[in-house]
Amino acid sequence: MTTRRDFIKISTAGTGAAALGLSVLNWNGVGKAFAGKDSEPVSDTELKRYPTYCEVCFWKCAGWTYVDKEGNIKKILGNEEDPHCNGRLCPRGTGGVGMYNDEDRLKTPLIREEKDGKQVFREASWEEALEYTAKRLKEVAKEHGPECVALFNHGSGGKYFGTLLKAFGSENIAAPSFAQCRGPRETGWIATFGEAVGSPEPTDIRDTKCLVLIGSHIGENMHNGQVQEMSEAIDRGATIITVDPRLSTAASKSKYWLPIKPATDIALLLAWIHVLIYEERYNKEYVEKYTFGFDLLKEHVKDMTPEWAYGITTIEPSVIRKTAREMADAAPAIIVHPGRHVTWYGDDTQRTRAIAIINALLGSWGSRGGFYLKEKVHLAHQKIPPFPKPKRTWRDAFPGQYELASLALSSGICDATIPTDDRDCSFKAWIVSGTNLPLTLPNMQHTIDAMSHLDFMVVIDTMPMEVTGYADVVFPECTYLERYDNIRTSPHREPYLALRMPAVEPKYNTKPAWWIAKQLAEKLGLGEYFPYDDITEQLDWQLKQVGSSLEEMQRIGVKKFDRQDGALYFKKGEELEFNTPSGKIELWSNEMAAENFDPIPVYTPHPEPEEGFYRLIYGRAPMHTFSRTANNHNLWDLKKENAVWVNPKVAKLWNFNNGDLVWLKNQDGIVSSFPIKVRITERIRWDSVYMVHGFGHSKKALSRAYGHGANDSELITKVMIDPVMGGTGMRGNFVTFLQEDPGKEAES
Amino acid sequence: MRYAMAIDTKKCVGCGDCVVACQTENNVPHGYCRDWIVENVAGTYPNVEIELRSERCNHCDNSPCVRCCPTGASHIVEGGIVMVTADKCIGCGACIQSCPYDARYSHPDGYVDKCTFCKHRVDNGQLPACVEVCPTKCLYFGDLDDPNSDVSKALQHRKWKVLAPEAGTKPQLYFLT
Repeated sequence: MTTRRDFIKISTAGTGAAALGLSVLNWNGVGKAFAGKDSEPVSDTELKRYPTYCEVCFWKCAGWTYVDKEGNIKKILGNEEDPHCNGRLCPRGTGGVGMYNDEDRLKTPLIREEKDGKQVFREASWEEALEYTAKRLKEVAKEHGPECVALFNHGSGGKYFGTLLKAFGSENIAAPSFAQCRGPRETGWIATFGEAVGSPEPTDIRDTKCLVLIGSHIGENMHNGQVQEMSEAIDRGATIITVDPRLSTAASKSKYWLPIKPATDIALLLAWIHVLIYEERYNKEYVEKYTFGFDLLKEHVKDMTPEWAYGITTIEPSVIRKTAREMADAAPAIIVHPGRHVTWYGDDTQRTRAIAIINALLGSWGSRGGFYLKEKVHLAHQKIPPFPKPKRTWRDAFPGQYELASLALSSGICDATIPTDDRDCSFKAWIVSGTNLPLTLPNMQHTIDAMSHLDFMVVIDTMPMEVTGYADVVFPECTYLERYDNIRTSPHREPYLALRMPAVEPKYNTKPAWWIAKQLAEKLGLGEYFPYDDITEQLDWQLKQVGSSLEEMQRIGVKKFDRQDGALYFKKGEELEFNTPSGKIELWSNEMAAENFDPIPVYTPHPEPEEGFYRLIYGRAPMHTFSRTANNHNLWDLKKENAVWVNPKVAKLWNFNNGDLVWLKNQDGIVSSFPIKVRITERIRWDSVYMVHGFGHSKKALSRAYGHGANDSELITKVMIDPVMGGTGMRGNFVTFLQEDPGKEAES
Repeated sequence: MRYAMAIDTKKCVGCGDCVVACQTENNVPHGYCRDWIVENVAGTYPNVEIELRSERCNHCDNSPCVRCCPTGASHIVEGGIVMVTADKCIGCGACIQSCPYDARYSHPDGYVDKCTFCKHRVDNGQLPACVEVCPTKCLYFGDLDDPNSDVSKALQHRKWKVLAPEAGTKPQLYFLT
């Protein structure tokens, strides 16, 4: 493939940044992070604190940033009033200060240019970079239409670019958090209960008697409130059942660990449904009153006995029965957790449907100890002109497909950026805010190919992530500790608001996302969509509409409101209408049937590894978020690289010792750019290997993360697309080991 | 008064939050730590168990580090907390060798450093930074002489063990099992 877009290195030295950046470095100075012998710990009373909510992951815990007299950020602590964290941040939130202090940060705007026949980045002023970006976006709009521009976003800053894009005339706003993560779950939940699960998940773990985790590894994912409530559940002696081919941390704390054969979860779920129905252990009153299609479901699972599932899942029939009965005994205070990253095998919407059905049979949806009825504060928005109606959207690139996808598909936009004969228009420009696409989307080379076809690409980030190397313009965003963002309104048991405000001035020549988007809008003649000079005007106006103010929120950080929507749970016998075609909880889905998908989930076998190959399972480490924190010095201190987990039996076959370096090669012959250490452990099955996602960075500008560990995203070349909503199933890849250096040259 | 800590291995998920919180609270330089996570795996798939625990200085009653310190830099203060006076420490490392828990490290500024139970916080009536931050609330701290302290209550109701009891150090970290 010819590439019009050479990968450009961003130098770690950042020479020009000093010249451009010094003007904004007033009172905070350059971080004197650790002073040493003479520096005793500082008492909290000598520090000034500013409210924030965390941006290191999507849980967005509210906290306080503590700053000393010299303007150094000393530490970040949780806000005790916040239900996301209850005053206790996770390691990433505590280590968020490392994001601010990172000397590898993007320091000034960069523009791609040709110099001596070579593509390089040139440091630019904000004015020039903004002007140039506006000009290029206008050119794309003139030649191809504004709808050929797409936004990929993750995190708080994306909202502002979303407004900008809609004003510009495009609705192609995608987040990898849908098609690469929780999209199948939301689609399956909508088909069943008429609403999405949402974030944070309204799991009432605090009061549950039984928590069932299916490949969901709470404790390794640090979804803070859930980790805290699971810990309380352990204290209370609640039953935890974990289904996982790997002894996850959660599995090790469970009463039952079901070490399932990978890719067979739907068979187990159907067998559980069989036991609940045929042993008459389901919640009859709830099922009769609120659900649709019970008889069809009963007929469907007639032969799906635990004995049938045993041959598929390797879980003994007695264990399947015993766990189903424990679930029934706890009902309705039971949670079969919907999971979060659920894009595994391409039938993920169906698997999530099966999970939703079990919750419905046990009456846990809307019950204490099951799922609570979440509520949020609805903030008003200042009046802006209506958005223009785009001539086409991302859906037009996939006629008749993925009708049930409720959000745009990142992977779909990526696919539709590579021109094909049967598509009359491809995407021509990308705006990428806070998401490192090459390590976020599966099949890294495919993502790189797509980017090489673009006319224009602008990246907004705090760090020189891989994706910045493919951009035409890079805008350095300041970190969350240095900026205001929208008020956090995420739902919980009670509605809450949380404020993020800067604790220090932006370091270097960096700017907040709202400012960048607003400046771009003005240069594009769309300034009226950002009706404020400073974001604080909008925040104060919004807060005053709900009886608070910016001044109040700056003092308290988090504010609790009274519930408006009634009780936290359904009342016994309450008349309810669900937002589904039948108005009931659909065990048999009308929506799925209308789109010609199985109205009740079925088990389909998936390919298995050939001899010498092992299924590649990937997951999370509690001290890192995706691929975005590997360079954070505080978190790097905790975990510098990933390892490939190998069962001792497999290790013996390969003569491995702990710590041996190997390269991984997948079923398509793709070899990892970097070697990875072998970790021999009984925690993993012999037909699978496991690694934590987010390592193996190929960008030298990430001076700590570069070359540490292997990158699973480049090994995930086989993608099993979920036909229902376009999710990218990524657990169907198999790897083998190379013990000799394949001599593959790593990027940059 | 006798300060001690209990660590609930049934709840610890090994996230390392205690390590980062200690780092930012106590200005621990990058690449060093005063507390850390240990993971022990036992058994054969699928009959496997894991024990996760957050470890640090055991603030031993019978402290080999204090006994072997040639300058008196390592000493015990009220409440049994083992402290190092940086100005008195010559960095000889005898204490590092003597500690059965590997709880001490050589600070790049030339002295030996370790956990202080966040004495500066405890003196102000606050909890150690690691205890305050732990998302799973698996760390209990307090005065063993006070039967109502968090640590006393935790030890009354649970089975516990100490590490390397054979070393005879009378350690004051208790691991709930």
